[in-house]
Amino acid sequence: MHDPLLFEQRPHWWSDRRAELSLGAVVAATLAGVVAMLVFVVVQGWPSFAHNGLAWFGSGGSVDQQIKAMFLSGETGGHYVYTFHAWALIWSTILIVGGAAALSFVSSLFVAVFVVEFAPDWMKQILHPVVRLLASVPSVIYGLLGVLVLVPFIGNHVINQADKASVSHIISLSGYSLIAGVLILTVMIAPLMISIFADGLRSVPRHWLEASQALGINRWRTFWKVGVRAARPAIVAGTVLAMARALGEAVMLAMVSGSVGFAPNPFDGLIFLYEPSRPLAPTIIQNIEGLSSPPLKHTLFAIASVLLVSAMLLSLAGWAAKQPLKRYAAA
Amino acid sequence: MSGEALTRPAVLPPRKGATEASSTWSRMDRLGLAICWLLGVLFCAIAAAIVIFMMVQGIKYLRPSLLVTSPTAGFSESQTGGFLDPLIGTVVVALLGLAIALPLGVTIAVWLTEYGRPFSLARATESTIEMLAGVPDIVLALFGLLIFSSPILGFLSRSSGHVVFGRSFFAAGAMLSLVALPLIVGSTREGLQAIPAHIREASLAVGKTRFATIRRILLPTARPSVITGSMLGLGRIIGDTAIIVVLLGATLTTNPAGGTPVLGVLKGTGSTLTSFIYANSPTGEANQPTKAYAAAFVLLLVVLALNLCVDLIGRRRKAVTWSS
Repeated sequence: MHDPLLFEQRPHWWSDRRAELSLGAVVAATLAGVVAMLVFVVVQGWPSFAHNGLAWFGSGGSVDQQIKAMFLSGETGGHYVYTFHAWALIWSTILIVGGAAALSFVSSLFVAVFVVEFAPDWMKQILHPVVRLLASVPSVIYGLLGVLVLVPFIGNHVINQADKASVSHIISLSGYSLIAGVLILTVMIAPLMISIFADGLRSVPRHWLEASQALGINRWRTFWKVGVRAARPAIVAGTVLAMARALGEAVMLAMVSGSVGFAPNPFDGLIFLYEPSRPLAPTIIQNIEGLSSPPLKHTLFAIASVLLVSAMLLSLAGWAAKQPLKRYAAA
Repeated sequence: MSGEALTRPAVLPPRKGATEASSTWSRMDRLGLAICWLLGVLFCAIAAAIVIFMMVQGIKYLRPSLLVTSPTAGFSESQTGGFLDPLIGTVVVALLGLAIALPLGVTIAVWLTEYGRPFSLARATESTIEMLAGVPDIVLALFGLLIFSSPILGFLSRSSGHVVFGRSFFAAGAMLSLVALPLIVGSTREGLQAIPAHIREASLAVGKTRFATIRRILLPTARPSVITGSMLGLGRIIGDTAIIVVLLGATLTTNPAGGTPVLGVLKGTGSTLTSFIYANSPTGEANQPTKAYAAAFVLLLVVLALNLCVDLIGRRRKAVTWSS
């Protein structure tokens, strides 16, 4: 027999308190999972850092030969080789991500200002879906277009024979180049920048702009001196977040950057733009079959942990930079 | 200022032509505006070029037979078959990823907006989700390979003896859900935050518990936001390549592990449209650019359709407003 008080005293199986606790537990578990990911990846990469010390980030020897030696030493199972100097890959990452971020920053700022303030309504209605479209095209399609359209174009029409001959004893120029990677990456990260910039510019209180215009400053100057300055947090955040995105781009760059562990030198003149290289992220995807070899596996995880830590720091910085903007909502 | 503007009653909204024309600006300012126009038109041109070029290539190379035949190894276009398996693979991976990301994302968003205590855990969660959005997918792929090739999770992929392969639809779907998670959390949170406090208070006042309020009132109201977030997440899952290439194995055809009908496929390896394009690009192993173009066209159509859905939902969402 049931106790008549049963239904009144015992809380419902899905009571409020339990609901809060179980939701909180799911959240905490997800949190723990992400932290575990950070720890796992760094721990797996540690042997590579431990064997090379700070020279891991330095230059020396050919990266491609080092990767090959590591792979072979893992296959034979004897004495593992860990020597790895990633500077060529890091330098390529800096050039491509930096170049794309710089190009994208300038164009995104102008486009965001245009979309928010100066474009006529019909232009705004075109630009919104255009930005969304560019943001949602998968990276592999960008890569395919790069490899089948942009790379042959650069190889056949932009680089002339004299240029090719001048560096033929070091590296062959075929169109797989720094500039191809930078240009496509610019188009890929610009939508992210534009949308964050535009959100920030829109949240600038209208009366600040009106006050400036009331003093006789024209709309253009007003918007750049007041609007863009007030939206600085969003501009910093957008740039940083887009850089984090660019840093992790592996597939497109694996397709167009040329996949040679080579560090283009800007002091050689503009020809460095046409030279192939390979950033950090594509290195992982192209050596993924080498995971069976322990030293190469640890090295790939070391590369991944460098990417992970820098991307996490960049995202966190972007998130922190965005916080001051919330004040404007109250203003 | 003309006299007409001064005598206009103050209550009238500013007229359309009330802002000053750019012809009164200095030359530098007008140059700046010209750059704005140039870049705006340039972006439109790039987008149009991508869509039109892909459409031309798609119409040229896409045959209905490609959609229903499986890829086979071969050296010429007539031998290599179509991309039925990648098409199915994309659907499977998208469903798996969403099946994990949707409940998890909604749970996190609900907890963050409706409970959010202790405060430190809420802040930590917020920043972790933010960080997760920035984690490169190739790192997620490596991490996935690490955990799914551990013996404990061996039942989720092919294994021989003590060696766990670690590559399967399960593994890829689980890692892809992490790609979609931040988008779903962000969109759901926005939707929940847009619901005014008096709606919650009204529900609590008639004796509903907080959880009943969430389940019966808040979530149904925020449904368009949840769907928008899922669509955005779905777009990211479908478009992702690195995780697929690493975690789904390098086989072009679906390669089930074991005899169980559905479970075997999920435990086995396969391909999706993105990995098919990657393998068929000139830098890939199969190298059949015309097939890659056809598959890329299909992929682009799917992504555009998802975009359209988000647009339609967004328009409907704007129609619902709270009277204050």
